[in-house]
Parts: sequence; C-alpha cells; structure tokens
Amino acid sequence: MAESQRRTLMDAARVEGVLARMAEEIVQLTGGGSPLLLVGVERRGVQLAARLAALLADRTGTAPLTGSLDITLYRDDLMTVGPRPVVGQTRLPVGGIDGRELVIVDDVLYTGRTVRAALDELADFGRPKRILLAVLVDRGGRELPIQGDIVGERVEVRDGGRVEVLVPEIDGSLGVELVDAEGLD
Amino acid sequence: MPQAVPSLGKDLLGLEGLTREQITGILDTAEAFKEISERPVKKVPVLRNKTIVNAFFENSTRTRISFEFAEKRLAADTVNISSTGSSVAKGETLVDTARNLEAMRIDMVVIRHGASGSAQFLADRIASSVINAGDGKHEHPTQGLLDLLTIRDHRGPLDGLHVCICGDVLHSRVARSNIHGLRKMGAQVAVCGPATLLPAQVAEMGVTVFRRIEEAIEWADVLNILRLQLERMTGGFIPSLREYNRVFGVTRARVEAAPRDILILHPGPMNRGVEIDSDVADGPHSVILQQVTNGVAVRMAVLYLLSGGQPEQAEAAKTGGAA
Repeated sequence: MAESQRRTLMDAARVEGVLARMAEEIVQLTGGGSPLLLVGVERRGVQLAARLAALLADRTGTAPLTGSLDITLYRDDLMTVGPRPVVGQTRLPVGGIDGRELVIVDDVLYTGRTVRAALDELADFGRPKRILLAVLVDRGGRELPIQGDIVGERVEVRDGGRVEVLVPEIDGSLGVELVDAEGLD
Repeated sequence: MPQAVPSLGKDLLGLEGLTREQITGILDTAEAFKEISERPVKKVPVLRNKTIVNAFFENSTRTRISFEFAEKRLAADTVNISSTGSSVAKGETLVDTARNLEAMRIDMVVIRHGASGSAQFLADRIASSVINAGDGKHEHPTQGLLDLLTIRDHRGPLDGLHVCICGDVLHSRVARSNIHGLRKMGAQVAVCGPATLLPAQVAEMGVTVFRRIEEAIEWADVLNILRLQLERMTGGFIPSLREYNRVFGVTRARVEAAPRDILILHPGPMNRGVEIDSDVADGPHSVILQQVTNGVAVRMAVLYLLSGGQPEQAEAAKTGGAA
C-alpha cells in the first residue's frame, strides 16, 4: 500500500486572504445591515466562523453573533458507525435563530451530508429568515444537492484523497493540506 | 476519523464491570446531552426507528419517567410494561416475557426487578441490549452515574474526594453502584449508619465505616443520603424513626457544623424528618433536584452509547453463549 503523502494547498497568508474575500462576499450577499449569525460546524468550522466574524466586525462596525453546531446526533450514518462518536456541544445565541440571517461556516464541503445534518439540526431550533453556506474549501464529490454560497477555494481531489484544514487553536498553524493515500499527482 | 467513546458492549448491568474510561465516556457524553433538554425542540433523531421496552416489574415512578424522557428525547419508540396487568401476573417467566417482546423486534429493554441478578439473567438470554434500572439489592447503575455526574459538576474531578454514603446501605443497590463507581473514579468512599443497616462485609469493598454521623460529616466533602427503605424492613433494624433521626439524621445544625462546604445528595424519594431534614433537603448545600435533571442526561448518554450494540455479543446472547 502506498504511503500517504501530504502537500500544502494553502499557506496561512493564503487562507487569511481567502477569508477576507469570503467576508466581503458575505457583506455583499447579506447587505451588511441586519444582524448576522455565523454558526460554525464543529470542530474547525467554529474557528473559521470566529475569524470571519472578526473580519466582518472590521468591515461593518458591527460584530455578528456567533454560534457552534455539533452535528454528530444528526449524522445519517450514526447507527452504522461504532463505537459511538464523542458528542460535542451546540451553542446558539440567546434569543434563538428565528428570523435571522444565518451563515453556516464549515471547513470543507465534500459529500454535503454534514450540511444536511446541520440544516436538520437548525430546523429544531427555529426558522431563520435565510440560511447561507460558507466553506473554505469545496472539494467536489457531492452526494446531495447542496452547494456553497460563499466558497473560498475549489480544489480537485481524486478518490482516496483528503483535504485537511488546519487552524491554530487546534492544530497550531493555519493552512490547508492535501493528504493523498495513493501518492500525489 | 471522529473520536470515539470506549464501547460499553451490549448491556449496562452495573458499574462494577465498567472501567474508569468507560465511566468517564458516559459522564462526558451526558454532559453534552444536557443541552438537548434546554432546546426549544427537546429531541434529536438518534434512536429514530429503535424500539425500547421499559419493563418495570417493581414499582418506580421516578426512574421510569426519567428513562421515558431520555428515550423520547432521542426519538425512540417506547412501550411500558409492569408486572401487574402483564402476563407476569399470570405466571409467565421473565425470559418468556422478554423473548416474546424480542419477537416483536425490540432493540432495548430497560428492566427494574426485585431480584438481584435479574438484569444479567435477561442479558445472557436475549439479543437486545439490556439496561439495569435496579435489580434487587445488587446495582442501579444509572443512578450511580447520575450521582457521579452531579458530584463532578460541583466538585470537579472525583480523584481524592471524600464521599460518605449514609443510611440504609444494607438494602441499597444505589449504595453498591456508588461504591463501585466512586472508587473507580478515584474517590475515597465511606459509609455511615447503624450496624443493622450496614452489610456485614462492607469494609471489604474498600470503604471506611463510620458509626457516628458527626464523624462522617467531619470527614466528608459529599454526603449521599439514602432513604430508609421502610417497605423492605420487616422490623428490628432500628428502634424508631424518631430515634434514627436523632442519631443519624442529617440536620441543618450538623451540616452547618461541617468543616467544609458539604454537598448533599439524595436519590429520592426522601423521608423528610427521618434521614434528612427539610431545611437540608431544600437548603443551599442540596443538589437533589439537579440529580433528577442529570438523571435524564445520563440515561440519554447510556441509550446513545449502547445503541447499535456489538453484533458478536448480541449473537452470543441469542444462542445462550454469553458469559
């Protein structure tokens, strides 16, 4: 079996630049007026949401509300995986999500099943005015009709490859790496 | 690959058979599940399509309702049966009842039974997961776990903590689960009560024995006060309830004389004015109602962690091959 290889797709400066552009797109799409709610998907979506929130606060002068979503209990394969995954915490702002402009923030968009789970979970908390999806990396390979509204980078990854987003709070550095079990092109 | 909680296997029969890592996994999962009970929609789809039977062959309102809430919050379908009104009253055996239920394609059985070992007996003979909700004087693992969670919420890690279980230890399955669970988590455990209500070999379980409640309070960070199980006493255990309260009752004066900020637990239902006075039960040291809240979260965690089970163990049980 070939050893897995790792290649940097985006360094820290590139990620910072891409996030700045994503923040700009969020302002354009939402008008920058009404109070936004950025909900990061555990784990790394939460740190990306915090970075986007800081960038939005700089641009609009108003810090958006933030929250975190752990979708473990809404996974459609939960009963087929074992032992049971650790369940994280979902935290949404006091006052709920009803009527808000909400942006789901995740690190990688792949099959779309995580986003489906996130939408199902959010539906249990209320009815936002609108939900947008922001992802740092779209690697294709969708299994559900779900697309990103704000996409940092689109990358081609062949079967068996994995895109890993690194954030300083968890990984000690900021960046995006491609791990390819079959070796890189 | 997501992190995983150590597997509990097919069943939860007691805390004696669990490791420290498994107990920690259950408590951490329960911590995460607490939030679900605060949501506008208090329900997650974890056990959708799972059917659970709550078989309570001995009376219990509190534990049964707690399990029911937990099951419903995980979106399971539930059925309740009790000995009265079921075929058990007509003489059917426990195994026949369970096998009939299993033939209806159930996934889990929560059993409360007056006979020690009944949960194990059932688990060895059916493929569905079995959760012990109290078997005779043996164990009541989810009560033990919710006590651990409540203590951990208030006092942090249990390592080195002094916990004294007071009262009717002899008749108490809660006490046994507590002793096993607390010791595995590194706590120092003591018991306190009249000699007639302490098991003869209790010290062999690795606990300190206090004969005076004042000494216990002097030593303890946490008091877990047990109910005098009046219905199980055929007489002769204590001179009178009034005397018991005078000698062993946890009163306000005794709690206020404690050298530390003592935490008061009671698994309920309480005999107010007997083992615990009302101003202690409702006072600032009491976390009795939080135990009830934590009970739902702990039971959700156990149901979640057991769901799916381990196919090889289920198969062994079906063929009668499980140990």
